[in-house]
Formats: sequence, C-alpha cells, structure tokens
Amino acid sequence: MSPYARRLFKDRLVAAACLGAALLAVAPLVAVLGHIAVQGVSGMSLALVADVARPDAIDGGAATGGLAHAFAGTGLIVGIACLLGVPLGVAAGVYLAELGDGRLGQAVRFSADVLAGVPSILIGVTVYALVVIPMRGPSALAGGIALGIMMLPTVARTTEALLRLVPDSLREASLALGMPKWRAVARVVLRTAAPGVATGVLVAIARVAGETAALLFTAGDSNAMPESLTEPTASVTVKIYEYALSPSPVRHAQAWAAALVLVAVILLLNITARAIVRPRASR
Amino acid sequence: MATASSNDDPAAPGAEAAPRFDREVNVGDIVFRAVTAFAGVLVILALALVVVDLGAASGRTLVRDGASFLGARAWDPVHGLFGALPFLYGSVVTSIAAVVGAVPIAFGIAVYLTEYAPLWLRGPLGFLVELLAAVPSVVYGFWGVLVLVPWLRTTGEPALASALGFLPIFQGPPVGNGMLAAVLIIGLMVLPTISSVSREVLSAVPLALREGAQALGATRSEMLRAVVFPYARSGLAGAVLLGTGRALGETMAVTMVIGNRPTIAASAFAPASTMATVIANQYDEASGAHLEALATLGLLLLALTVALNVAARLLAVRTRTAGSALPPRAPRASLLP
Repeated sequence: MSPYARRLFKDRLVAAACLGAALLAVAPLVAVLGHIAVQGVSGMSLALVADVARPDAIDGGAATGGLAHAFAGTGLIVGIACLLGVPLGVAAGVYLAELGDGRLGQAVRFSADVLAGVPSILIGVTVYALVVIPMRGPSALAGGIALGIMMLPTVARTTEALLRLVPDSLREASLALGMPKWRAVARVVLRTAAPGVATGVLVAIARVAGETAALLFTAGDSNAMPESLTEPTASVTVKIYEYALSPSPVRHAQAWAAALVLVAVILLLNITARAIVRPRASR
Repeated sequence: MATASSNDDPAAPGAEAAPRFDREVNVGDIVFRAVTAFAGVLVILALALVVVDLGAASGRTLVRDGASFLGARAWDPVHGLFGALPFLYGSVVTSIAAVVGAVPIAFGIAVYLTEYAPLWLRGPLGFLVELLAAVPSVVYGFWGVLVLVPWLRTTGEPALASALGFLPIFQGPPVGNGMLAAVLIIGLMVLPTISSVSREVLSAVPLALREGAQALGATRSEMLRAVVFPYARSGLAGAVLLGTGRALGETMAVTMVIGNRPTIAASAFAPASTMATVIANQYDEASGAHLEALATLGLLLLALTVALNVAARLLAVRTRTAGSALPPRAPRASLLP
C-alpha cells in the first residue's frame, strides 16, 4: 500500500467511524420513538381523551377511564406559562437587542443564560416556596408560573438573536421617516423578525410542554377535570410519571398512549417552528 | 435642542412647521424603555429568587456544618442524619460517566454532519439528532423503566458481569435499577446537546483554514486533526461542559431508573441517588432539618450547574461560535440609545 493510499484509507476509516457515531445516536431515537408508537397506538382509545381517571376501575376490566383531565391540565398550565413567558420574554428580548448594550443589558443577558441552565427541579422548588406554600397547596397557577419562568430566558434570547438579524437600514429608514423608537421597533423591526420570534416561542412551548420536574411540587396531581386555577391540577407528564411507576398494565397502556400524543404534539411544534424559518433562511 | 428652540421661538412665532428633534420628550419611548427594561429586570429577579430561596431554605447548613455535611455518608431523615456525600457521588459519577460515553459519539456526529455527510443529508440528520432533545425526560424515564431496566436485569448486566466481572464495577447482583441504567439514559439525553453545540463550533471554523490545509495536500481527516480541532478546541470543551451541566440537572428520567438509594457502592449495577433525584423524591414531604439539608443539596446543584454554564459560555465566546445554543455577543452600535 502506497503512503497516499494508506492516508486515503485512514480518511475513509474516520468517515466510517463518524457515520457509525451518527447511526449509533439515531438508533436509540428510533428505538424509543418506535416503542412509543407501537405501544401508544395499541393503548389508544377514545376514553383516553374523553374520560377522566377512574382509580376504582383500574384493573377492573372494561371501564378504565382516561386522561382527559391531564390533557386539559397541561393545556391550562402551558397556557398560563405562555401568558407570562411570551410577552415578558419578547419584551426582555427587545430590550436586549435594541437598548441592551449597557451594563443592565449585560446583566440581563448573563442572567438569562444562567437561568436557562438552572435545572428545572430547582425552579419547581423555588415556586413551591414562593407560591405553593402561601397558597396552601399546588395549583395550575403555580405550575404555570414555574413553566413561565422556564420560558422566559429561551424566548428572550431567541428574540434578541432574531432582532439583531434585522438590518440596521430598516431601523434607520423608520427613524428617518420621523417614527419614534418604540414605533420603529413595534411596526418595523418586530414585524420583520416576527416569523423568527414565533419560532422561538414555539420551541419554548415545546420544551415546557414536556416538563415534569418543575410541575411535581407546583401543579400537583388530581383525578378530576381542572375547575379553577387554584386547585391541584394533573398534567400529562406527571401522570406518565405516576403511571410508569405503577405495576398496572392498564395504566402502562394509558401512559404509552399519552406519551405518544405528547411526543407527537411536541414534534409537531418543533417541525412547525422549523417550517416557519425555512423559507427565510433559503431566500 | 431645548435651548435652541427656546431661542428661536420668540423670533419665529409660526415655527411649528420646523422639525423638532428633541426625542427625549416622546412619552411612547419612555414607556417603551421602562416596559422592556422591566421585563429584562424580571429575568435577573427570577434568577435571584432561585438563589435567595434556596439560600434561605438551606438555613445556613453549609456555614454551620459545611465539611461534616458534605463528607457524611449517612442519609436517614427519620433519625436526623443528613450527609450529602451519597448524592454528590451519585450526581458527579453518573454525569461524568454519561458525558465520557456521549462525547465520542457526539463529536462523531458533529464531524460527520459538518465534513463528511452529503449535503442533502445534513439537514434531516441534524434535525433527527435534535429530536432526541425534544423527547421529554419523563418519556425517556418511562422507556427506561419498562424497556431498558428489564433488559439490563435479564441480559445486559449478566453479560457484562460474565465478560468483565473481574472489575469491581461489574460485580454484584444485576438489579436493573441503578447507576448503569442512569448513565445510559443521561448519556442519551446529553448527546444532542453536545453534538449540536459541537456542530456549531465546527462549522464556525473559517473556510480559508480548511481550504489551506486541503490545498497543502491534507486528507479530510488530516485537516481535522491539524487545523479544525485545534481551532475549535475551546468551543468543543464548552460543548462538553454544557453537556455536563445538563447531565447534573437531569431529574425525571434518572429518578425513574436509578433506584433512589442513598448509598455509595462500587458496583455500577447497584441503586444510587443524585442531588436532583433526592430533591424530587423528598422535597414536598420534608420539614425542619430535612428540608434544610435538601435545600442545601439544591444550592450545591445550582452552584455546580451555574459554574459549568458560565465556564462553557466563556470558552464558547473564545471560539466565537455563531449559533442558537450559545448566541454570540455581536457588538452593534445601537441606533436606539
């Protein structure tokens, strides 16, 4: 083998090893998603989304109830989180991009990055002390606050990054037309970056929709439809956790089906987010 | 501007047609600045609340009996024994083992996606790897409980024990629930973090350097070793640190497969516990010294993850990566002061 052939062979070897690594990473993804799909489809029933949990019927045969209350609860909690996290996150992102080159901006940026790395269980512990204890119990509101705090840094940083992509000529043109800053930002800069900001928001929603650790102490658990914001509220993720650790195959089947729905929604949110940005990126 | 206009006004009473440039008086802008700055301050406040709350709830355990708390192995809430060592050990060992296992694979993916993969494959394959990060932790945990743990108990751990049983870490009864299951699940979950950040770091290496190496006759693997990796070194280190931070904070999937025993065992098959999992399992039922000990563990976990994240950021800034996970701090003269 000539030296050159040997070098080429080595290059091929590295390429093959890298391809192997990629396949090795995709294999468990396929295994997990495939398992969820198979088990989830077989555990799927109308009752899952139409009925609430009936603990007395578990293992009892036909009537086993469903997880409609958990889906409603997750929707409610994530909705509250969005009401908090999206406007505040976008506003903070606007501040960072348009006004945040000073000291306060640096501090906000640093805090956002650090907050994004804080384990979610610690966010849950904090909200537990600040909201759950004063309110004398877990609630959808407390869960929503915890998830809203988790959304805040993600939304703020993606908004900032996308506003910074808006060409300065647009800002200059708006100001030259006599617009005040706030109108230039609201009517021109934010509008130009809107698809990107929406992407950031969708990704943030997808992240918190699958959150469990921050909800354990804050939203709590329940077997009934949520009726107010101040009572313990079940969520899909906490129910999956609870059912996964139960010995009942009936509950496992329900949890697989719920996991399938949850993962499908999260993937859909991610794919939608990607589809929004794609046309802009390729232009 | 104000002095200029006050000078002009008496001389030209009908000067309202003249443009006014005194931007400071625009009420909308004052409100705009106040509202957005308030949102920014809330981010700082949220982080401060986490720190202050954990600090307050810990009841100065660290100050009062720092070394004896950190070094004690016994954790028995019923008898008032609180030692942090089993959880520190569990967190650090599982995280490091998971990251050590995930790094070669993650770097392999990143290199494949930036250097070797055909262009049409890069987008979809990169997306597929990122999907690994989109699957919720509790779903990995569920899969771990019903698929991975039984497989480890019946097949994986007996096979390891018979092949490598001379090592202490592969001795002991194959329980299934334990360190090994936790390491595998954490490794799977930090893989997309490390690979996507590494991918951004690698693709930020200037094209001119790559072309230069190839023009000198280097094959791609030689170019990687001689040019790309040295250039990207600190960014790749940042990716690893970021992954380690994620690993330490991973809670749900770990708590479902690790067995949740406050023990330090030589065997990788044995049940263990981490800082995050003990908080998840016990915080809402704890009070008094128990609560203080758990909050102190939370404070330690916070300090570790924050330190890793800050270090990762500093390293990434040094390579000036352009990406979403670690956004660059592009200096731009603000037009809107």
